[in-house]
Amino acid sequence: MITLLQYALYFSQFCLLLAMIFCTLRLLRGPTAQDRVLALDTLWMIVMLFTLVLGISFADQVYFELALLIALTGFVSTIALAKFLMRGEIIE
Amino acid sequence: MKRLLPSPLLTLALLVIWLLLNQTVAPLHVLFGLLLGLIIPRLTLPLRPTQTRLRKPWVLFRLLSWSLLEILRSCFNVSRIILFRKQQDLNSQFIRVPLDLKDATGLAVLSCLINSTPGTVWVEILSDSHELSLHVFDLHDANWWIDTIKQRYERPLIEIFEQEQA
Amino acid sequence: MMQLPESLPLWLGIPVVFLLLAGSLVTLIGALGLLRLPHFYQRIHGPSITITFGTGCFLLASMLYFTGLEQRPIVHELLITAFVLLTAPVSAMLIMRAAVYRDLRNENKKATENLHQSLPKPKTD
Repeated sequence: MITLLQYALYFSQFCLLLAMIFCTLRLLRGPTAQDRVLALDTLWMIVMLFTLVLGISFADQVYFELALLIALTGFVSTIALAKFLMRGEIIE
Repeated sequence: MKRLLPSPLLTLALLVIWLLLNQTVAPLHVLFGLLLGLIIPRLTLPLRPTQTRLRKPWVLFRLLSWSLLEILRSCFNVSRIILFRKQQDLNSQFIRVPLDLKDATGLAVLSCLINSTPGTVWVEILSDSHELSLHVFDLHDANWWIDTIKQRYERPLIEIFEQEQA
Repeated sequence: MMQLPESLPLWLGIPVVFLLLAGSLVTLIGALGLLRLPHFYQRIHGPSITITFGTGCFLLASMLYFTGLEQRPIVHELLITAFVLLTAPVSAMLIMRAAVYRDLRNENKKATENLHQSLPKPKTD
């Protein structure tokens, strides 16, 4: 059972890493600014999930607090960026 | 009683959050959580202009469980579309839904539910006609969407938040 | 490298493994949608499955795993669940509105530029 769990953890770390690479590609390529903000938001969310997987694989609950903080800061920064996209260019 | 506890649900929620964060039910923590739950709602009272009372919690519960099922279902739909559908066939459209719901809290809950469901994103409420502008990932029938939103989401919310005025 | 426990009961291990697999696959599909869908208004629907289903799966797996590991109910992952479910719609809506406003503004700008070009130039003499 433990080896199965270990393989599942390796698999999800691999998948999350691949998803982060996809998000980074979109972040670099994104034709418009809103694409980049969306990619950054998704990337931040996947980082939070990665922290949870690390918490499971190290059997340590400190990672929970880290994930909570990542979720909080991600929300605030996304809101700030979206507001900037909406209002920032009115004053040109 | 009303002055001491302006919003009992918020007090309860703060207590539960405090206990969950500390992972304990020790009496000292319960007391401190209650203290937080008494102080914070009074401090933030000016920040919450509309006081809403939750009527018919069972309707809310039914609405939430139904939309959980709907979220799961549309997750699978969206995954299938991303993986297997040709991109030229995708019919992504903006649609407009006329709304009857006026209550601000009800509209907030409605926007949360619609945005949580994959495949639909709330854009805004057009203020002159009180229509909801909505973006749908794969539109097959606009009338079906309008009917679903009005029947499944809006009617329970009107029941929950606007019953007294009717 | 990993510090997994010596043994894990079967009734706990199978749901945890299943949830981990489902969550990571859904997350990957959402990021893939973000990468390969052609238009922004379609791309915004890709991450939403990551946020709802992927996050739900991982948090449930973490909750089950630590509950079994510590032999007492550990439910504080519910805080992240509630927080994400409350905030993700708000950020999605704000990004969408920002995109719509920017597109409308660009269209307006283009329209005015076209208008200026189509107008006859004032004669200078």
